[in-house]
Amino acid sequence: MSILSEIIGTVKDVIDVARSTATGMSITLSQIPKAKKTVSYPEEPVTIFQRFRGEHMLTRNADGKENCVSCFLCAAACPADAIYIEGADDPRPYAERETQDHRYAKIYRIDYGRCILCGFCTEACPTDAIKHGHNFEWAVYTPGEMVKDKEYLLKNFERDKDLNIKLV
Amino acid sequence: MISTKEIVVPTASVTALGKRDPLGDQRMTVSLGPQHPSTHGVLRVEVELDGEVVVAARPDIGYLHTGMEKTMENQKWQQVVTITCRMDYLNSMGNDLGYVLAVEKLLGVEATPRTQVLRVLLTELNRICSHLVWWGTHVMDIGAMSPFFYAFDQREKILDLFECVSGARFHQSYFRIGGLQADLPDTFMPLLKEFVAQFPDFLKMANKLVSGNKIFQTRTKGIGIIGAEDAINWGLSGPSLRASGVNWDIRKSEPYTGYETYDFDVPLAQDGDIWARYVVRMREMEESLKIVQQAIDRLPAGPIQSDHPKLKLPDRDLMKQHIDVMIHHFLLASEGFTVPIGEVYFPIESARGELGYYLISDGKEKPWRVRVKTPSFMNLQVLPKMAEGQLLADLIGIIGSIDIVLGDIDR
Ligand code: SF4
Ligand code: SF4
Repeated sequence: MSILSEIIGTVKDVIDVARSTATGMSITLSQIPKAKKTVSYPEEPVTIFQRFRGEHMLTRNADGKENCVSCFLCAAACPADAIYIEGADDPRPYAERETQDHRYAKIYRIDYGRCILCGFCTEACPTDAIKHGHNFEWAVYTPGEMVKDKEYLLKNFERDKDLNIKLV
Repeated sequence: MISTKEIVVPTASVTALGKRDPLGDQRMTVSLGPQHPSTHGVLRVEVELDGEVVVAARPDIGYLHTGMEKTMENQKWQQVVTITCRMDYLNSMGNDLGYVLAVEKLLGVEATPRTQVLRVLLTELNRICSHLVWWGTHVMDIGAMSPFFYAFDQREKILDLFECVSGARFHQSYFRIGGLQADLPDTFMPLLKEFVAQFPDFLKMANKLVSGNKIFQTRTKGIGIIGAEDAINWGLSGPSLRASGVNWDIRKSEPYTGYETYDFDVPLAQDGDIWARYVVRMREMEESLKIVQQAIDRLPAGPIQSDHPKLKLPDRDLMKQHIDVMIHHFLLASEGFTVPIGEVYFPIESARGELGYYLISDGKEKPWRVRVKTPSFMNLQVLPKMAEGQLLADLIGIIGSIDIVLGDIDR
């Protein structure tokens, strides 16, 4: 009797397992006709949201002058000590100088080996000079290349418009 | 049949094995991890095996230790939120929430109604997100590949929501002391509603695909059992505790951010095995979705920032017009605010269990001491007890079932 019930149990198990496997396969196969969920990056652009905290950019005002006034607030607010600034004076009149104020950042560097992309610098900046861009393609070969200087960050301001992304 | 006693072992191998009795104790110590995908991070388990049977398993932790608690003590109060979310990176919103609430308690500040609802909404979304990772990886450990992709597809939708609202997918730092980073963008609500509408279908599919699977049930039922009394004594918390039949959820027992006003159940299971822990987490996702739905329905309009004058950087337009506001902005951004002298312990229910922040303030701009009681650390300690006498293959399932995050353990 016990052998019989054992056989019945085994047969039941086999049927159960077969049924489970069939259910699994039916769900897997039902995925095939569905729309593709992946993106063929980099041929296709990836979707990025407006608030995305990407590589920074140093902005310019409507006249094309640098917004940064070298106040050091971004560096003070940075939890990762990623920003290095040296201020300088440009006594020339507004029309001739590159910057919106006499005081400007002679050196402005962000070390992306340290930066954690938290956005605290952008919140601290009183002149909206530093903003997060949407670039995330910044792989480099050496740590030294991760330190971005002012020229690079200023160029990011223009570069941000023609990135290979879908902004929503 | 030939008994083991009759097997003749060649003398050469006996000498190779030294003094060990080849027919008696053949224990072997194997190192599982730290570079093993199924250990969910950088965990090393020293397993003592008798054939396939685990005699003892000793977790070896510390590979991810980065001194986060110490780092927090060198940051201003507000800046610490950039670190808390990096501890338990799967439950980042919850980690921020615990810290923010602890500091708010020290300050005697209460968040505005809108902020409270948004905090609940995002934390519960994060709980679902975390459970999805657990589900995908745990089921993959046990041998099913495709659920992983379905889980990550859903998780991607939640991460998109986080990116939409805060700008970052993992380390949001969205919750701030006294409020939030910013109000919701317009694109958020339609996306969220889309997610909430389709998620029950996913859960149904997940249950059909995995929970109802006979092979999965056989692999999980009756394995890695921990009884209610042991679970309490070992300090388990979260779903792993509730799977042993202990009804303890901080959202219910010590409600915070208005959890007492939401209608949800705390899923329980009695058996304390892998299957019970699985069932509890699957049902928790349903309950979290219920909370999210209620939060959407009741989301009030209004400010997101509490009216404490010192906590939030002032309005940007005002700041650019008035010198006093500008100076306030400068002081706050460069020096931060001070928190009254005192100490506080604040526990919340994270996706893994009790997450508690113990803060001491000496009245300065930086915390004097930050101590975090993390759920994964406590939950991992019970692994040797669960693993004893089980098969090595089941040990992988047991590790997955306690849902640990190594960043949470080592910090
Ligand atoms: S994003 Fe954060 S870490 Fe990076 S530079 Fe700005 S403040 Fe520093
Ligand atoms: S970027 Fe902004 S915060 Fe930083 S130094 Fe320039 S003006 Fe000041």
